[in-house]
Amino acid sequence: MAVKDYIRERFFPHMWCAGCGHGIILNALLHSVDDLGLNKKDMVMVSGIGCSARISGYVDFHSMHTLHGRALAFATGIKMSKPDLNVIVPMGDGDALAIGGNHFIHAARRNIEMTAIVMNNRIYGMTGGQFSPLSGYGAMGTTAPYGNIDHDFDVVDLAVAAGATFVARTTTYHVHELSDLIQQAITHKGFSVLEVLSQCPTHFGRRNKAGDAVDMLKMYKKRTVRIGSDKKKADPDLIERGVFVKKDFPEYCREYDQLILKARKKK
Amino acid sequence: MGKKKLYAHHIDSSWCKGCGICVAFCPKQVLELDKNQKAIAARPEDCICCRQCELRCPDLAIEVICSKTEVSNE
Repeated sequence: MAVKDYIRERFFPHMWCAGCGHGIILNALLHSVDDLGLNKKDMVMVSGIGCSARISGYVDFHSMHTLHGRALAFATGIKMSKPDLNVIVPMGDGDALAIGGNHFIHAARRNIEMTAIVMNNRIYGMTGGQFSPLSGYGAMGTTAPYGNIDHDFDVVDLAVAAGATFVARTTTYHVHELSDLIQQAITHKGFSVLEVLSQCPTHFGRRNKAGDAVDMLKMYKKRTVRIGSDKKKADPDLIERGVFVKKDFPEYCREYDQLILKARKKK
Repeated sequence: MGKKKLYAHHIDSSWCKGCGICVAFCPKQVLELDKNQKAIAARPEDCICCRQCELRCPDLAIEVICSKTEVSNE
């Protein structure tokens, strides 16, 4: 199937700004689903609110556009009732870790089989450029005109600590790696977290003098390294990319099925 | 040594927003923005079918149609 068979063409061109990284993530996701040969009738995409959340409207899967930050809670309900479906939850950085922070850590703790993609553009783009929990110290935003004094979360560390069984990070510059990691995340039998650094040239780029989309992508190329690279030792500020955790651990829906069997036997 | 044969660049100009990502990262400088700030394949003969423009396009506006296998130059 061609990539365009997986989208709702009537909604294109999409509403994202020129050069928005979220479009690259959508592109990679569609290529990944195509490469894996998945049937779109088995796919569910559940999103919350924000620029990132609009992705669920563009894919021709079963889709749900839900409450801000609560996408994982809705997705958990869908997965529990129909465990055979393949559930993907794309979230923005604010959606996943500010408004939906609690849902995020508890979904990770339960190890329910779904794929959470954190599309991290370090800002609330849709509402006009307010700083998010991933903006980081010193970043500029409309609500931080003199620079942000909040420190940011490390999504990877947070997901690992909360118990996610697949945790990876990449950027929108590294498109082949992005496709590969999305495929690994989708096929992993457990809760997968994939952080994708995604450029917002309109708000983050402009306010932080990071240049246009091309400059921001070049920055991802320059400021990120593969896990275990020697360059990281020389320059600790570099951001690591790759798979941080991949482990087998009892999955929630399967555990729940076993619990039902156990309860029935006792009667 | 053979290479993949290019058939066409399908660029949907109504979807293209002219961000210039495809132009900047094309390893062979095949693409350009026209006067309306839309991507065009200015030098298709130089294309090596790496499909990086297709994969990096945030607007899903580019499709590179090429042979699946390598074709001899002769």
